[in-house]
This record gives sequence, C-alpha cells and structure tokens, in this order.
Amino acid sequence: MAAQSIAAPGARLEVRKTYKLFVGGKFPRSESGRTYEVADAKGRFLANAALGSRKDAREAVVAARAAQAGWAGATAYNRGQVLYRVAELLEGRREQFVAEVAAGEGLSTRKAEAAVSAAVDRWVWYAGWTDKVAQVAGSANPVAGPYFNISAPEPTGVVVVIAPQTSSLLGLVSVIAPPLVTGNTVVVVSSEARPLPAITLSEVLATSDVPGGVVNVLTGRTAELGPPLASHLDVNAIDVGGALGADGLAWGDLEAAAAENVKRVLRPPVGDREPDWTEAPHPRRILAFTETKTVWHPKGV
Amino acid sequence: MSPFEYAPAPESRAIVDIASSYGLFIDGEFTPSSDGSSFKTVNPATEEVLAEVAEATDEDVERAVKAARRAQQKLWGPMPGSERAKYLFRIARLLAERAREFAVLETLDNGKPIRESRDVDVPTAAAHFFYYAGWADKLDHAGFGPSPRPHGVAAQVIPWNFPLLMLAWKIAPALATGNTVVLKPAETTPLTALLFADLLRQAELPPGVVNIVTGARATGAALVGHPDVDKIAFTGSTPVGKRIAREVAGTHKHVTLELGGKAANIVFDDAPIDQAIEGIVNGIFFNQGQVCCAGSRLLVQESVAEELVERLKSRLGTLRVGDPMDKNTDVGAINSAQQLARITELTDAGTAEGATRWSPECELPSSGYWFAPTLFTGVSAAHRIAREEIFGPVLSVLTFRTPQEAVTKANATPYGLSAGIWTEKGSRILWMADRLRAGVVWSNTFNRFDPTSPFGGYKESGYGREGGRHGLAPYLIEGSSF
Repeated sequence: MAAQSIAAPGARLEVRKTYKLFVGGKFPRSESGRTYEVADAKGRFLANAALGSRKDAREAVVAARAAQAGWAGATAYNRGQVLYRVAELLEGRREQFVAEVAAGEGLSTRKAEAAVSAAVDRWVWYAGWTDKVAQVAGSANPVAGPYFNISAPEPTGVVVVIAPQTSSLLGLVSVIAPPLVTGNTVVVVSSEARPLPAITLSEVLATSDVPGGVVNVLTGRTAELGPPLASHLDVNAIDVGGALGADGLAWGDLEAAAAENVKRVLRPPVGDREPDWTEAPHPRRILAFTETKTVWHPKGV
Repeated sequence: MSPFEYAPAPESRAIVDIASSYGLFIDGEFTPSSDGSSFKTVNPATEEVLAEVAEATDEDVERAVKAARRAQQKLWGPMPGSERAKYLFRIARLLAERAREFAVLETLDNGKPIRESRDVDVPTAAAHFFYYAGWADKLDHAGFGPSPRPHGVAAQVIPWNFPLLMLAWKIAPALATGNTVVLKPAETTPLTALLFADLLRQAELPPGVVNIVTGARATGAALVGHPDVDKIAFTGSTPVGKRIAREVAGTHKHVTLELGGKAANIVFDDAPIDQAIEGIVNGIFFNQGQVCCAGSRLLVQESVAEELVERLKSRLGTLRVGDPMDKNTDVGAINSAQQLARITELTDAGTAEGATRWSPECELPSSGYWFAPTLFTGVSAAHRIAREEIFGPVLSVLTFRTPQEAVTKANATPYGLSAGIWTEKGSRILWMADRLRAGVVWSNTFNRFDPTSPFGGYKESGYGREGGRHGLAPYLIEGSSF
C-alpha cells in the first residue's frame, strides 16, 4: 500500500504492490482489464484494485467447485491443521494487516492492532472446530427397530460469501472461516471500499497449505458481483450479510435470486446492521453451511 | 378362483363417521368460510364424494393467524414446557386410541392401502407426537443454548401423500417448542386433519393453539404470504418451494422446505438379492410411489442387471392392485385425476423417448384413479423419466459398472433427498454413503421413518430437517447466555 512519500534527493521510492484477484490459487487480473481506485478513510489514494466482472465470478465458482471434493475429503484433523497454519501465517503478517486495516477503516494503530489480533484468534477458534462439529451437531438416533441410525453434518458445497463492508479483516475472517471448517469451498466478494486486507489474506492463503480454489477472492462492485453469484446454479449457499451497506444492492434481492436452485441463505441478523465482530463467535455460522445426512442400516446376524 | 387367489378382506368403514360438510377450524371452533365457498373431497378409489369442505379466504386466514398469535402470546408461549408436554402426550395417546378410525378415513380420502395407513401412517404419526412431547420440557438441554425461544406463529402447508403423518411432522415439534400453528392440509386430503381437530377437542387443547384452514393454492399462498407469520414449514413440490423461498426473501420469516426427490436405489452385484427385491418394491410402490423420497431410479450393477430385472418382474406380478380398503391390497389408488394425468404424461414421454415399458398383468377398477405398477428398462440419464419426479408407481432402471459411476449417476440430479445402497460389503456402504448427496441414505433397507431420525434434503430437495433433535431447530430461536 501507498505510504505518503515525497521525492527527495537520496530518498528511496517504495515498491508498490499490484492488487489482483485470487482465483484457483492464482492471482489473475480481472478478465475485464478494469480496476478501481481504493482510498483510505480520509480519501487518499491507496491502490488500484481489480474491478472483478461476472466472468471472473463464474471462473471463481468453477475453481471452487473443482476444489470442493478434495477439501471435503481431507480428514477433519488435516483440515484443522491446514487452517491453523493459516493463523500462524496471519500472525506473521501482522504489521501489514495493521497498516491496511488502520488506513482502510480509519482506526488508530492501537485499535487496528486489536482488530488484527482478534482476527488471528478468530481463525484459530474456527480451525479447532473441524474435528468437533460432527460430535456437537450429529447424533445417534434410537429408532424403534433393529437399525443402526446416525446423523452427521456435511459441507453443503460451494459457498458464496458477501463479506462485510466495514470490518475488512476481522469481519472477513469471521465469515469465510466458518464455511471452510466442514469442507465447503468459498467464493468471497470482499468489502467494496476496503478490499486490501482481503487480497493480503489471499497472499497468506496462497503460501499456506490451503489448496488452490478452496478460497477465491473477488474485489470490485458488490452490486455487480453479488447478483450473478446469487443466481449461479452451481453454488449451494450464500451468506448475504455483506450486502448491508453495499451501494445499490439489497440482501433480499440476493436471497430472491438464490431461490432459483434452493440455495441455503445466511441472512444478516435482525436489525439489518453489520454485526459487532468483536462479540464471541458461535458455531451457527458453521452449521448454516452444512447438510445433515442420516444413514440407516439394519442390525442382524 | 384359483386356490392361490386371495378372498376379499375389506376393512369396515363403519368406524368412521364422515360429515357431509366441514368448516374451518379456527380458534377452537368450526366455522364456515367468510364467503361461504367450499370444495368437494372425493375417494380417489371410487370417485365418490366424501364431503364438502370449506375453502378458506384471505379473511379466514387472517382470523386464523390472529387466533394463533393471541394463543401464542397469552397462553401457549408462557405455558411451562412440562404442561405443553402433557397436552402432546394426550394427543399421542388419543391418536393411538382412535387409530383405526384415522386409518380408515385416511385410506378413504387418500386412496392408499389400509395396510399402510394402519401400519405406517397412523402409528408413526402418534409416535411423532409422543417423541416431541418429551422434548417440550427439555429444550434447555437440546443444544440450542439456554432458554431457547419459539418463533411465534408457524404457518404449515402439507401435501396429500401422507396427510396425517405430515400433519404430525409439522404440528408436534411446533407445539413442543411453544409455537402455535395455522395448518393448511392439501386440497384433496383434508379429512384426517379435520378429524384431528375433533381429537384436539378431546385433548382440551386451548383454542387458537392449532388452527386448520382448508383450501387450495390460494389459501396456501395467503397463509405463507401473511405478514404476521414468523415461521413457514412447507412440504410439497420443488416449484412451489422455490416460489415460497422467493416470496420470503428479504424478510426475517424462517423457512424450512421439504421438496421433491428423484432417489437412486443402487444395487451391487453382491447384494442380498431377495432383500434387495423387497427393498426396491417397497422403495417405489409404497404409497403408489407418491413419496418424495421414493427410490424411483434403480441403478443396478451391469453384471446382475438382467437377472435382477427378471426377478423384479416376477415379484411385481404378485402385487395386488385394487381396493385400498382391502387388507391384502399392496398398491392402491392414485390420489387425484390431476396426479394420474401427470404420471400418464411422464410415462408416455418415457415410451416416446425410447425406453422399454413393462407392467404386470393386472385388472384395474373401472372407476377411480389407477395406474398399474410400471417398470422402464433401457432408460438413459437424459430421459425425462430418469430426471423428473414422477410421483407414481413407476420405476426407471439404469445400470452402472463401478462404484464411482454409481455415485456419479446417483448424484446427477438437482434433487438430493434420499438414496439406497444394496451390498453385503460394509466398507463399500460407508464409502458410498459418504459420497451420495442425499439427506437420508438407506443401506440394505429403504423407506424407513422414525420420529427420532432426522429427515430432509440436500440441493433442490429443500432445507431444514424434520424428526429427531434436529427437527427442533427450525422452531427455535437459539438462547444466549450473554
């Protein structure tokens, strides 16, 4: 990101980063060739982010679908380790995240540090759920007959997440980690005005053990990317919470589009305000993107 | 008559007293519809008109929702769970006491064999109330946080294939959790729900806790669209389910949908063949195949396909199709002329698209709605009979070579309600079960239902679960300690 630098004899000009999309484990520019200007909370230029298109969104779904069976097929223990590793890498990038969060959200360094710490801790919390959720949400069912009968949660498949508009890292982590826990793959539309932490998170994911395609990050106009993802027939579920506060988009419109193939929809909480992400997390965000499968088998000799 | 034919064994209908007309059950009383409109319900096995039933208008729905709201706020919501439990236990007991009456009425109104309504529908409905009764005072320990709360008023719309059982699936968890109910039974099968209202009188359930509004599509739409319902539970077709999902979009109404299916019933070459044949028959001919989780696509491993189809045909030759009131009947009447037309259309498409059609010799009654058990071989995955829900006694047979191919074919459908696996190999069952995208997987059995066992679909078969602890979740707002 751009620090304020003044050309002066002997001063070093910083090397800036080009922020791109993250799709299928790679960092492509938008196929549309478009970018948009990202400013800090005071309106100063930070970077040009990729202005993702509908086609980018479709590509991201293809990548997420391709990665889904493998991610869901990993053992829960393995997914837990892979996700925990992400937290380790997040910790290593603290300074960069703090700077981006402070600039984008207009927070003091101290508050930005608190948000980054909470985001790392949040990731650790979810990483620990992978091999516990089936025990908490599953059941052995005492049917009235000679049958073995068991219910367990499974991932629903490809999940689209419209990330919160305000909380650009803590909010982001709080919405993308939960679907990953059980083996869903994710296409996330980042905060429109504050996309930089999402792209930096992509860089963390790219250097972690998370397979390519498990998380795909789109930047751009939420109102442009949300509707085609909500109506996409190869998407199983959508978290529409981030439509709150997005320009030109109502979460109800996304939910209505999602009905076309009976997607699971996670709505924003009653009151239509972005949640306070510092509140204690709850496994309901994990369970919102699961399906309960019940298996029967006769008992006998 | 050959010595091996069955003598008629008709169940008596004397036990049930059908009124010539029924009103709407609102706030504990039967009342006519606001504009006096009504519709007829017929016995699909004979086309005899059974009764005239009030058709609820928007105004009636309004009255029912108001009654439910009042009862929820003043009485049912604040009532201790232990008291609600006792009402539900009463209902379970009364259903068991009047089981024969309900079974006979169900068969008359629906057309299903008395053997099924007597042995499956009614006892399972009673068991469902008994199961959820016990939850009513244990909700703090159900895993939904301390002191979980009811939503308020539940609007419930149920189908005609299991009228009383679907009523039980809907009403029991709603009442156990402190919600009150406005229920709309299906247009062609309203009678057991109205008899259930009489049972509620005996149970002395307070007025307004359960309201029953009979009617057709417009009544259902008015109920689902009513701004003062908090929770919608719908069982029915996928198109209607999608419409409901679109209608509630952007609101905070909670919805569960139990929609269509096109289940694969997968038979491997090492399957216990006699059991598999019985499972296949039960999977698709139970309730005339009018079952959302019916095993309507038979996937047979190629090496045993020929033998299995031959044995299946000879088994189908022994099915007794006819009078649903006969205790020996296996396959009864199709529920309505409309449904019969749908089955006919799709099976005609099967023939037109090149599949081979076969039915056993069987004489169908001259009046009523009937369809002979039907088997299609030479079916490809692209045929309509392999893709669309027929909801009738029609089985499409496809083949596969490897377990992976079976999984791919089984999952190649927008639906995901149920699946069946037949093999002696345990590790293969578990491998398959992990990969099948279906909410219920029956291995070496099919079409088993139990109040403790969660039921519901993946993908376009809907969302939410009914039955078991999971079945409480759609009716509760999670409690929180902070």
